[in-house]
Amino acid sequence: MEPGGAAMAAAGCCLRPFSCERGLLSRPDGSAAFVQGDTSVLAGLYGPAEVRGSKESPERATLEVLLRPKVGLPGVGERSREQLLRQTCEAVVLGALHPRTAITLVLQVLSDAGSLLSCCLNAACMGLLDAGLPLSALFCGVTCALDAQGAIVLDPTTRQEQEARAVLTFAIDSTEKKVLMATTRGSCSVEEMQQCLVAAQRAADTIFQFYRDSACRRYSKS
Amino acid sequence: MRETPLSNCERRFLLRAVREGKRLDGRQCYDYRNVRISFGPDRGCCVVELGRTRVLGQVSCELVPPKPNRATEGILFFNLELSPMAAPGFEPGRQSELLVKLNRLIERCLRNSKCIDTESLCVVAGEKVWQIRVDLHLLNHDGNIIDAASIAAIVALCHFRRPDVSVQGEEVTVYSPEERDPVPLSIHHMPICVSFAFFQQGTYLLVDPSEREERVMDGLLVIAMNKHREICTIQSSGGIMLVMDQVLRCSKITAVKVAEITELIQKALENDQKVRKEGGKFGFAESIPNQKITAFKMESAAVDTNNVEEQAEEIITKADPPSEVFATPILHAPGTAQIGEGIENSWEDLEESEREEEVEEEGESEAATSECQRMETEDTSTISKDKDEPIVLSDSEEEEVVILEPQEVPNKTRTQTTSKQENTSKKTFNKRRRKKRAAR
Repeated sequence: MEPGGAAMAAAGCCLRPFSCERGLLSRPDGSAAFVQGDTSVLAGLYGPAEVRGSKESPERATLEVLLRPKVGLPGVGERSREQLLRQTCEAVVLGALHPRTAITLVLQVLSDAGSLLSCCLNAACMGLLDAGLPLSALFCGVTCALDAQGAIVLDPTTRQEQEARAVLTFAIDSTEKKVLMATTRGSCSVEEMQQCLVAAQRAADTIFQFYRDSACRRYSKS
Repeated sequence: MRETPLSNCERRFLLRAVREGKRLDGRQCYDYRNVRISFGPDRGCCVVELGRTRVLGQVSCELVPPKPNRATEGILFFNLELSPMAAPGFEPGRQSELLVKLNRLIERCLRNSKCIDTESLCVVAGEKVWQIRVDLHLLNHDGNIIDAASIAAIVALCHFRRPDVSVQGEEVTVYSPEERDPVPLSIHHMPICVSFAFFQQGTYLLVDPSEREERVMDGLLVIAMNKHREICTIQSSGGIMLVMDQVLRCSKITAVKVAEITELIQKALENDQKVRKEGGKFGFAESIPNQKITAFKMESAAVDTNNVEEQAEEIITKADPPSEVFATPILHAPGTAQIGEGIENSWEDLEESEREEEVEEEGESEAATSECQRMETEDTSTISKDKDEPIVLSDSEEEEVVILEPQEVPNKTRTQTTSKQENTSKKTFNKRRRKKRAAR
């Protein structure tokens, strides 16, 4: 590979610094703050708890996801993200163990500097983990951007997202590295989508290692 | 979710502790909880922690026409939200009594005290002024929301920088941060609220009540003051009678607390300013403590994406070829468009091939209606091809579940379903199919 290409690959295929803190709020049953570069999301989770009559399901726990923007009231964009997040969480939460209950997951955007949905997914997973809810697998979110030359940029910033031809976000589970949720903006070919998915799966390995290390530290003695 | 009620013994315990001058968290009566301020990566964003109560503040601005009666003044807008994250009892989007009261108090504390110079926010008199919007989100409710919110609001306002503007004749130019440095708001003073909880008709007094103490208190007194010892707002709620000495004592305590908090705010702002100037690291990632075991950090990690192309290629070659794509829509008449040929889509094609297989296997070449057969294959297609297993025929709308061995009595069920559906027209059938699709 030529040196310019190598430099580009190194710049594009880098995840920003990650950090997370769990159990930082006293009131919710589970809480986590997840920071990806300058993007940060706070998740708070209540449940399994009493459910309102209309939402009660006799078979499984009702999962409710609320995404609060930083400025103003939640709009259409937030609603669509809430749906994506809810479907992803429903895929892994073993809700059948807690029928006739409600699990409420509230996500608050603290700052948005690109890859917001993947940061929300990661915060949601950490929140579920902190609440100690039974899960079939963990999941993580990875955002890929395809720039004008077709190069893959992982975990893009707002600027990179704006310049990109297509932005793809995947939710990937930890057991089989399968896709739980995928959403795209812009246009890309089937080949490019598969390439992004492969890159996302590799990035997922790094993120799951981060989850693992964070959990090890959480339950360490020191 | 409903708020957990406070039991009678908890209530009695708390009141007895107050009488004895003790507090659950080990504070003295006049002690304030620790205040911690952290700033976000962008301007005008901060998180204030007052003990375990946590408030996020964010300031934003936009150019709007001014109010007709105040043509030369900018607009200040405050919005406190009680996020359902903060406590299980808070419902999203509901204007509770508490929320209205808190919002009103914030407005009185910050807008009516004229701490922000609104005239400096005017760009063109009568046409364009800056609207400064302060969003406050309660993230965790552990009592004394108003103090935390007022600190968050004033800190966010001090931290905020608005874009620079210039007016040349009629033209208003807004400069981006790269072109010209954004300008801070002109702030005259910093009003800060301090709350006092009263018990037993004002006999006992606690500064900065926690959530539990707020639940058993009789009355609340909120005093907003700046460091020049000027009272900006005073509000007593709960309907208790206070003696003059009590109020004077409270105002003296407020003066001390406000001086401490103002100093802390200024120190926090200076620190952040210094870090930003020197190009150091700032933002929420930096405010996460390193030594806590609940926190974990990872440096920027490289992901190897060298042979992504080959792996993707491999997956594509292994996968089934994608169905034919009709890229160009067909226009029958203006205002209509059709993608693909006929009404059938690629999903249908797959089902048809499956149907053929099944028809061959079962050795049945003709059926009463083709629609009906399609329906049957649809039902069975979800089941594995292994014919030894019993087939579950389930149709949500027909409410008919038949479990049978297909090799032995396939004809019986077929006639059952066909006889039922013979009369149904194609139209209704399609409707039902669509419904089924949606239900899946």
